[in-house]
Amino acid sequence: MLKDKRIRIIIGHYGSGKSEFSINYAVKLAEMGRKVALADIDIVNMYFRSREKTREMEKLGIKVIASHINTPAVEVPSISAEVYGPLQDKSYDFVIDVGGDQVGARALGRYVDYFKEGEYDMFFVLNANRPETQTAQKAYEYMVKIQDVSRARITGIVNNTHLLKATGVEDVLRGQKLALEVQEKTGIPIRYISVMEELVPQLPKDLEGEILPIKLFLRDDWML
Amino acid sequence: MSKVLMKGNEAIGAAAIQAGCKYFFGYPITPQSELPEYMARELPKVGGVFLQAESEIAAINMVYGAAGAGARVMTSSSSPGISLKQEGISYLAGAELPCLIVNIMRGGPGLGSIQPSQTDYFQATRGGGNGDYRLVVYAPANIQEMVDLIIEGFDVADQYRNPVMILGDGMIGQMMEPVEFKPPKKRDLPEKDWATTGTGGKRKPNIINSLYIAPEDLEAHNIKLQAKYKKIKENEVKVESYNIEDADVVISAYGTTARIAKTAIAKLEKEGYKVGLIRPITLWPYPYDEFKKINPSCKGVLTVEMNTGQMVDDVKIAVEGKFPVHFYGRTGGMVPTPEAIIENVKKICGGEI
Repeated sequence: MLKDKRIRIIIGHYGSGKSEFSINYAVKLAEMGRKVALADIDIVNMYFRSREKTREMEKLGIKVIASHINTPAVEVPSISAEVYGPLQDKSYDFVIDVGGDQVGARALGRYVDYFKEGEYDMFFVLNANRPETQTAQKAYEYMVKIQDVSRARITGIVNNTHLLKATGVEDVLRGQKLALEVQEKTGIPIRYISVMEELVPQLPKDLEGEILPIKLFLRDDWML
Repeated sequence: MSKVLMKGNEAIGAAAIQAGCKYFFGYPITPQSELPEYMARELPKVGGVFLQAESEIAAINMVYGAAGAGARVMTSSSSPGISLKQEGISYLAGAELPCLIVNIMRGGPGLGSIQPSQTDYFQATRGGGNGDYRLVVYAPANIQEMVDLIIEGFDVADQYRNPVMILGDGMIGQMMEPVEFKPPKKRDLPEKDWATTGTGGKRKPNIINSLYIAPEDLEAHNIKLQAKYKKIKENEVKVESYNIEDADVVISAYGTTARIAKTAIAKLEKEGYKVGLIRPITLWPYPYDEFKKINPSCKGVLTVEMNTGQMVDDVKIAVEGKFPVHFYGRTGGMVPTPEAIIENVKKICGGEI
């Protein structure tokens, strides 16, 4: 994780778990003592965005950047100019949580000058239980569409296959199989397997990619 | 088919297509815009038509036209958009046209906010449009139930020739959940021999209309509608309830709020409190009879809603004055917490309220 590039861009099909991955990833970095900033640049979706957990992340010293209009219910596609801070200030480890699909990735366009090869990672979050990304071909099509709009290159795949609190090991392994197929097809390596922490002990040890044990930050206890 | 993970709004679209819906007319509005987006992408693949109308008013009248021609048709919107559709909904009910209307509720009144609410209970169950009419109103509490109710809802609409409404809050539209598409239980549906499909020179023209010039004709039409509503009340009530026969307190809640209530009940149970739940699945017809099963020595019924108190009126009707009826709600896009519900239940048990 510490070997990843300073700027990490998190993209994917909407509803694949980008925000949960982003929050957990940022929290892990902060716990390792890094100076972390997370930018939620989702201008597509208004619910279940990482900015909803600003308070929890700030407690861990993470700088959270979203809209400059400080309310969760604003439909204006506005992103704070503060995003430029951690893009330029190299003392930050920077996680950019992008909106879903190519529509969401469009918001990346204005920062393209900062995405120089070797200075950023762009992770494609893949959930094999999402109907639109159940086959390698369909996942590949999303990758191409999002990558084209973002004008940056995907550098890693995140197998984030889950069924929320009903996730079983078999879901993760099915997702891993799909991720391997996508890796084969694209040459882009699996970098992470993001799994609810209680399932981690049940996973085989020889899986390709680093296991990132996660907590569900965006699911209240009454949600499935 | 195994379980997949879907967002509520997408799942509505997938369920409708599975139910044979071929036409969607609507206008985007948060928090349900993923639904028209889904339909725009998926309906052409099954030989259907998605049309983004110039307004909600146009959309509901397109539904009127398609339903009149006998098609399986739906529309969707969120609170302010559903307000705009009320005239059309009254016309659909008057002309006895089957269709499915989805309202993914947001905060009100007026433009309100885009955050979840349940503030359109009155509008859905009392009629936001004019005239003595009723909609069948379903309030699903999770995405699986919403899928099942949409598939059944189209059949119910056809069976009774009546508009059916799915009333969900923004949370259920936006939430992701595992869902499975099961083949629906088939109902015996009548032929749509009233639809304007062309006479072929073999019959008299069918006319879709809600205008009656002679008062005795309109009265007869209304009596016929009321007889139909009576049948719906007898046959279509859906409710989930548990622990009510020996409860000290019963909570009544619908939709996602009922799930928060369930979490509260489970926590209270661990502390030794006996709390039951009545969760109306149909808001009209309302499950009044279920409240007759409540423990006679129950200390009170707590209604929880994401509004300032709307279903609580039906709860008062249902308990017939036998129990004190309390209310706890959050509004404006705020979601009640299990902890706040627990606090209210404890107050009722302790005789504090």
